[in-house]
Amino acid sequence: MDATLGMAKTTETAGAPLIQSEINHATPVRARDVVVHYGTKQALFGVSIDIPERSVTAFIGPSGCGKSTFLRCINRMNDTIVGCKVTGKIELEGADIYDPSLDVVELRARVGMVFQKPNPFPKSIYDNVAYGPKIHGLAQSKSALDEIVHSSLRKAGLWNEVKDRLNEPGTGLSGGQQQRLCIARAIAVGPEVILMDEPCSALDPIATAIVEELIDELRENYTIVIVTHSMQQAARVSQKTAFFHLGKLIEEGKTEDIFTNPKHKQTQDYITGRIG
Amino acid sequence: MTESTIPGTGAAVAARPSSQAAAALRKRRYAADTRLRVAGLTAILAAVGMLGLLLWTIVSQGLPAFTQTHVRLDFPLSAELVDPADLEATNWRAVVTGGLNAALGETASPAQQRLLSQIITNNAQFIVRDAVRANPSLVGSSITLSVPAADPFDGLNKGQVLRDVPEANRRVSDAQIAWFDQLSAQGRVTAPFNWGLFFNADSRFPEMAGLAGAITGSFYLLLVCFLISFPVGIASAIYLEEFAPKNRWTDLIEVNINNLAAMPSIVYGLLGLAVFIQIFGAPRSAPLSGGLVLSLMVLPTIIISTRAALKAIPPSIREAALGMGASKHQVVMQHVLPLAMPGILTGTIIGMAQALGETAPLLLIGMNAFVTSPPGGILDASTSLPTQIFIWADSPERGFVSRTSAAIMVLLGFLLFMNAIAIYLRSKLERRW
Ligand SMILES: Nc1ncnc2c1ncn2[C@@H]1O[C@H](COP(=O)(O)OP(=O)(O)OP(=O)(O)O)[C@@H](O)[C@H]1O
Ligand SMILES: [Mg+2]
Repeated sequence: MDATLGMAKTTETAGAPLIQSEINHATPVRARDVVVHYGTKQALFGVSIDIPERSVTAFIGPSGCGKSTFLRCINRMNDTIVGCKVTGKIELEGADIYDPSLDVVELRARVGMVFQKPNPFPKSIYDNVAYGPKIHGLAQSKSALDEIVHSSLRKAGLWNEVKDRLNEPGTGLSGGQQQRLCIARAIAVGPEVILMDEPCSALDPIATAIVEELIDELRENYTIVIVTHSMQQAARVSQKTAFFHLGKLIEEGKTEDIFTNPKHKQTQDYITGRIG
Repeated sequence: MTESTIPGTGAAVAARPSSQAAAALRKRRYAADTRLRVAGLTAILAAVGMLGLLLWTIVSQGLPAFTQTHVRLDFPLSAELVDPADLEATNWRAVVTGGLNAALGETASPAQQRLLSQIITNNAQFIVRDAVRANPSLVGSSITLSVPAADPFDGLNKGQVLRDVPEANRRVSDAQIAWFDQLSAQGRVTAPFNWGLFFNADSRFPEMAGLAGAITGSFYLLLVCFLISFPVGIASAIYLEEFAPKNRWTDLIEVNINNLAAMPSIVYGLLGLAVFIQIFGAPRSAPLSGGLVLSLMVLPTIIISTRAALKAIPPSIREAALGMGASKHQVVMQHVLPLAMPGILTGTIIGMAQALGETAPLLLIGMNAFVTSPPGGILDASTSLPTQIFIWADSPERGFVSRTSAAIMVLLGFLLFMNAIAIYLRSKLERRW
């Protein structure tokens, strides 16, 4: 009950920047009252949030609170789950992504995704990155495709490590390299938004640091949403943080505000390690 | 270590058994272990022994059929016997007898002549005719040919027909044995590798009978079976696994496919007879009808193994592709299917091996016909390896006993080969995640 009240308040506060965002397009993704059911089980209870442009937004919260579920709503990956029903409204650049006339394939080209476990295709490094541009018809010639592959690998900070072995299988790279390959693969199609679901949870601290640095660089050109279980990571890489609990968005705001001055007791308890 | 395996060694158990009791317990445990191991070993040995016995029987019976006794004779082609202008009108039987007489230097009574000519195959006349036809310039001189000995003399040469059996009880007379020994003494009797077993079609005479028709028939059968069951099986599996909604209907289909896989194969034969032959008018005894029936039988195997292979592809690959904006068909055709191919091929080869060995449904649609030439296509009457075995096993001649086993060896050879390919594919190509 308490949490519901908290919800309402959050929605209200989020209402104000909505108007502003319509003017300066600073929030490419806007979600309103998103409710998700897996069969009869409700996983999300009316989540509303704005994702600011060219910055990193972190989703934090205890396991099972619906972070991944919400993240997967943004590029409609939940469509692939049998029995998953999404209601409410999510807009990408002002267009409802659940509109029946919208093409999911196009949406996913605009909203890229990086998964928890690095999942390169069992193909060559080159083919991994070239796959997206190929299926979306982004390159008219071989040289154009080469250019996209090379620049994506550069942006993902992987170029120097793989430039001599582009034809070797992507699965032969180390875990951290694989994850950066997956990021390169995602940015090769020129997305506006990149969703990352615990991208570092399968990586060692050094690889994690490299990926975090990369995320920080990518922020200049992309809108990034990252789910993480590490408070430190959220604090390090994100500008905005949203705290989820039991399927509800409890609190969102500037990262430093959330970590230094949380408004809700649940948020406070979570970031100080008392729940979760 | 030993104590720790006794349940409940936690704080709740007050007293541990004394060391003596523990030793007794340990001894009993070791004894039980040994008993289990011995029982298992016995079972394995029994199974291996049975298999060994089976193989030994087949091989020991079949090996003799891989050689065939031949008699080399010089057949006179004098102008009075052979008219080069009209080879068809020639009395080739007389030419053959002439060859035997020339070797044995005898001019016997017609009754003896008949006995004499029984030493070599009844088809010798056609062998000589075909040789002369291929080389007509020989007319006027003579031609030297090794012709297969008739089945009883092949047996005699291989020691299967015993000389010390009373004459009345064996199929060769003393006089014939004497002639044969005389030919043998002249070095005319040889036992080369029996190429005829692979290159001759079926025949009434064991010494002439071969598997060419059966092998060709089986090839066409598998071809038809593969061309139908592979695409249909993969398409069904992809639909069921990737596209079909999970509801009662697809559940029902799934249950039925699993049941079909367990259906006795003779039922498919009846179905083939009733539907393909009687309703659609497919030719009887032909690889087309047989292949159709076998493809029905193999479909469940291919569907089930294809679905298993598709299921084994980790969801992360699908998610990666979907996340890149690949459409459903791109995910399936560009990622899932290529990765599942080794598994699918393995299942298909196993299905084909199953089809190759299948007999009952083929008997029902008449593929146990007596056909003396290999089929030229899928519409010609033909036999298959297993039905050929069935036919030969039913034949009384001594030579067919070993030929039956030899045919089994050939069939087993093909099956082993196919299974070896399947195992190779599985171990080399299948990706472990
Ligand atoms: N495919 C699914 N089918 C049914 N229920 C699901 C499915 N995926 C998630 N859920 C349920 O939805 C709820 C939210 O799950 P979600 O994966 O979004 O949590 P999360 O916050 O990402 O957790 P974690 O931090 O452990 O990844 C959980 O209760 C989970 O059991
Ligand atoms: Mg998650």
